[in-house]
Amino acid sequence: MTLKDFMNEAISPWMRENGPDSDIVLSSRIRLARNFADAVFPTVATEEELEEIKAFFKSSYDQQSFDDYQDLEFISIQDLSTIERRVLVEKHLISPLLAKNTQAGATLISSNEQVSVMVNEEDHIRIQLYYPGLQLAKALKKAFAFDDWLETKVNYAFDETKGYLTSCPTNVGTGMRASVMMHLPALALTKQLNRMIPAINQLGLVVRGIYGEGSEALGNLFQISNQITLGKSEEDIISDLQGVVQQLIEHERHARERLMQQSPTKLADRIYRSLGVLEYSRIMESKEAANCLSDVRLGIDLDMIKNISCTILHELMVLTQPGFLQHYAQKALTANERDVLRATLIRERLQLEK
Amino acid sequence: MECQECHKRPATIHLTQVIHGKKMQINVCEECAKLKGYFTYPEEAYTLHNLLTGLFNFDSPKMESGTNNTPIQHRNDLQCPTCELTFSQFKRSGKFGCATCYDAFSSQLDPILRRVHSGNTKHAGKIPKRKGGNLHLKKQMEDYRNQLKTLIEEEAFEQAAKVRDQIKALDAQIREEEAGDDK
Repeated sequence: MTLKDFMNEAISPWMRENGPDSDIVLSSRIRLARNFADAVFPTVATEEELEEIKAFFKSSYDQQSFDDYQDLEFISIQDLSTIERRVLVEKHLISPLLAKNTQAGATLISSNEQVSVMVNEEDHIRIQLYYPGLQLAKALKKAFAFDDWLETKVNYAFDETKGYLTSCPTNVGTGMRASVMMHLPALALTKQLNRMIPAINQLGLVVRGIYGEGSEALGNLFQISNQITLGKSEEDIISDLQGVVQQLIEHERHARERLMQQSPTKLADRIYRSLGVLEYSRIMESKEAANCLSDVRLGIDLDMIKNISCTILHELMVLTQPGFLQHYAQKALTANERDVLRATLIRERLQLEK
Repeated sequence: MECQECHKRPATIHLTQVIHGKKMQINVCEECAKLKGYFTYPEEAYTLHNLLTGLFNFDSPKMESGTNNTPIQHRNDLQCPTCELTFSQFKRSGKFGCATCYDAFSSQLDPILRRVHSGNTKHAGKIPKRKGGNLHLKKQMEDYRNQLKTLIEEEAFEQAAKVRDQIKALDAQIREEEAGDDK
């Protein structure tokens, strides 16, 4: 596999398009949790029961098309190697929980990877839909349409007062988790974000790292999502989230301007040092790579670095994850081997830009 | 300062113990503090899940401190007729077993939902096309009624008349569908 092919694999086609505010917002995601009305939830179901659901999905939706989503592909988790499973997790197409659930887990993925359905995760059905940049309303509309399309063949578990019934009470009601992935280097650098997080939490929103619950905010990438799913309509939840995200965008832009005004040399030094590290290192841990990539992306946004494409942060963040590195090497690698390959890949990737 | 127990690691925990009016200073490392039982540490880091299941035990502080199998737990434990999950099992795992659990545990559920969802217990979002039946229409009706109310308050009578006509039409549609269902 050439590096170019491999990179094409790391970046989902939808990520290549630019969305609104894409200097700060990388992507918007809508996730809907749904269950079959007449089957017990995957949390207590027997293997046979789960197999039945899996088979239903394969026969009903494999190779089907909906709207812009051509050729939905049904993939059974047990048919994938451990490394392939990790790759899907690192691309955010499936959750770590589904990757572990090898027996009964399956997924349905559109060819542009914008929409995916997880089958037999914690709930029977979890629809995930991505849009580049800040486009929550558009993503919601599309997710609703996709949900309606799936529903033509499924009786959803739904209660008039409790809404969509889910296996965890934290998802009941809309079953929706809307999240926005943001790059906030200036707020993180000036330590303003830590002060803002409690206020954000008060509004029923959560701030997390890039790989979900409990994960570290690698590369100054943060996921902001709603916590509450009951008592508010999806549209209201999204407009609350949108409001907070827009404020964060403004604060981040302001913080960037102030950094440029107050310590331009210090900032430039940091950015170019990081570029140097990425261009010349021979051994690189994932944390260092993420931090340097964040600096370089900031340099691109501030027009300091001109000839590198802005997708580099997202692209190399995914590409240099352990699963992807091993996928590229076509074998299992030790942590030290991964650090060497990571440095090599980043160097070669930056060469391609020249 | 080194740990007074192992004399190897630095003392990071400093305690003042008062026994029978006698004051004693204890300087130990984290390891020895654990071994000596000065503190009880949770098994793993406190996860969101722990936090949630902790919240579910809202009604029974006694159960927590009592012995493992307190009679309270069994006395009025609810059980789901479909998947046979009991309410105490649910409280432990924090996960329902099936859609019927929501009915089976309904008497205990609202306080939990209120805690998790900032005081809310009623769904206000999307309704499925299939199962929803005429719920869609009923929700539409509610929206119209609210609109009508605001329009009247604003004294926008012309628009209010239009909405009133829409309500009439919708009402007829709902009646028709309900009559159809009865056949």
